[in-house]
Amino acid sequence: MSARVAVVGVGQTKYAAKRQDVSMAGLVREAAKRALDDAGMSWTDIDAVVIGKAPDMFEGVMMPELYLADALGAVGKPMIRVHTAGSVGGSTGVMASHLVSSGTHKRVLVVCFQKQSESNATWALSIRLPFTGGSVTGAGGYFAPVIRAYMRRANAPDHIGIKVAVKDRLNALRNPYAHLKLPDISEEKVRESPMLWDPIRYLETCPSSDGACAVILADEDTAQGTPNPPAWIHGTAVRSEPTMGAGRDVVNPHAGRECAKDVYAQAGVTDPRRDLDCAEIYVPFSWYEPMWMENLGFADEGTGWKMVDDGSTAFDGDIPINPSGGVLSSNPIGASGMCRFAEAALQVRGMAGEHQVDGARKALGHAYGGGAQFFAMWIVGSEKP
Amino acid sequence: MRRDVAIVSWASFETPSEPARNEVEMLLPVIQEALGRVGLTQQDIGFTVSGSSDYLQGFPFAFVGALDAVGAWPPIRESHVEMDGAFALYEAVNVLQEEGIDTALVYAFARPSRGELDRTLALQLDPYYVAPLWPDARGLAALQAQAMKDSGRYGDVPDVPPTYVADGCVAVVLAVGDKARELTDNPVWIRGIDHRIESPSLGVRDLTTSASAKAAASTAGVQDVDAAWLHVPYPHQELVLRDALGLDGQPVDSAAGPVMVGGLERLAAAAAGIAGGRARRAVAHATSGPCLQQNLVAVLEGAER
Repeated sequence: MSARVAVVGVGQTKYAAKRQDVSMAGLVREAAKRALDDAGMSWTDIDAVVIGKAPDMFEGVMMPELYLADALGAVGKPMIRVHTAGSVGGSTGVMASHLVSSGTHKRVLVVCFQKQSESNATWALSIRLPFTGGSVTGAGGYFAPVIRAYMRRANAPDHIGIKVAVKDRLNALRNPYAHLKLPDISEEKVRESPMLWDPIRYLETCPSSDGACAVILADEDTAQGTPNPPAWIHGTAVRSEPTMGAGRDVVNPHAGRECAKDVYAQAGVTDPRRDLDCAEIYVPFSWYEPMWMENLGFADEGTGWKMVDDGSTAFDGDIPINPSGGVLSSNPIGASGMCRFAEAALQVRGMAGEHQVDGARKALGHAYGGGAQFFAMWIVGSEKP
Repeated sequence: MRRDVAIVSWASFETPSEPARNEVEMLLPVIQEALGRVGLTQQDIGFTVSGSSDYLQGFPFAFVGALDAVGAWPPIRESHVEMDGAFALYEAVNVLQEEGIDTALVYAFARPSRGELDRTLALQLDPYYVAPLWPDARGLAALQAQAMKDSGRYGDVPDVPPTYVADGCVAVVLAVGDKARELTDNPVWIRGIDHRIESPSLGVRDLTTSASAKAAASTAGVQDVDAAWLHVPYPHQELVLRDALGLDGQPVDSAAGPVMVGGLERLAAAAAGIAGGRARRAVAHATSGPCLQQNLVAVLEGAER
């Protein structure tokens, strides 16, 4: 039996297109300091630091944990850097939880960040390799055909993606850290916005953000003495599958289903829609909400879009999805998964402010990456597991 | 650690330059050899984790392609560190404390011969104040060697040769307790493992000592070792490490190895040394960053406790 682990501190920066007021070190420190304050801790209370981010080329710094050791108070301590593509924010949290559940450490600072304004992510994503065909279309170009395949397979009407885009942007208005604040968003505005990668419109895609998100993970003894309520980790899981392969279903990936099954079993979840109070899931393009509803078992295959259509996933629905505004409202890529994990923790701690889901006691944090092939999830609860 | 973890198998490959095969082609036979030696397939592995750097391949998400060398189907429990593979092994040792996960595959790979390693490594430095000056890795190592000469605490400090460039990969299989004993007659137990980092500002560090290696050695329990396998990118660094690890005349096997691979290769080499009877209890070491900025120390032991 592994030792219990809890989230005892959460810290986020304000997400924005360009945080030119801070260096990379200043950015990660801002999130880390807020997490420490939440946990009632100082830098010296921390045993180890785990840092996660997506490709180093997004900022042009190779293995930035080396440069950030001072800024994160890691000098003299163990420091690890995780990189698992877009899922990294989630897998960094899972990895750090193992450092506590194994008994190695008692208090671990986990920080994920991306400062896209330092470089050019679309350039970094569009490098053409010798002897291979390059699409040079970024992530949207990769996922658009997958979304189209879902729409055909599920007979989903066109307005579903638009509804998700409006819902998440309205949720973001309740989140002080969110990047996009679009108070006058409407279905008509989304429909009229330019088509970027059919069927993905401009307002159905995520922004490019600078930002960092941090959590403090602690052992049971520590968690019982922190000033704010802890979020207890009830389960963690990661799964990976290859980018290409004859058996792959890119629309409803096997790795995602397996990962969900694993984390639900650990957390005693048999019906996620009934047993969970809300979920923060990785939706960089609006259509991924209904797709993940099916992949995660909230809806039967082919019916995820109906949950969107009948308002079940809205802030006042029976299972609010992305009450924070989600990736569609803030996307510091390497931190986006950690934001989901941290927001799930804030919900069950009752500390989500204006986007608090009433009485949330159990929540899912979810991240995915690569060609929808890497998955990381955790379930947190207000009660001990 | 509640569960004892052992290195049960390993394989590695190194060449000055591998122009013909890509990372997957280079890794595939090495992973197959490591798994095959203990009669395992990928489906038997509980956790898979790797170490590499995108920058050496020159494109983001380079590690994603390497997954094809594993065969991640059906989907596997997997992770990746943008660090030397030795740090991936550290992660695996922690994950193996979880009930139900009894085996792990750890691998690392790099082909730095495709670029200019001395310049690539400059991108590890402070991006605002230091990296724009493009100090090359060999030059930084030379600052350390000069500081050692100036300190007068070391006798002959060797000259700093060109930065070692080699392509290669390594795969290590770990198993816990009885599973390790079932897989091999010679499990090499990881009795202690820890790692520490120092400041990126060379000016605030005493480059003639290694506080991080010393602290990691203390937690890992480096006592009564009868041999050492050290990760030494530049020869003078062996002197600093001998001192920090408290080595006193024991045989030391030092190597640089391919960047990102060299540290994990040292753990594999130490395991091979112990399994082959050259040592009973040994220290294995890995380093990362300029002038030994980050150090990992493990104590490996052959005989049962």
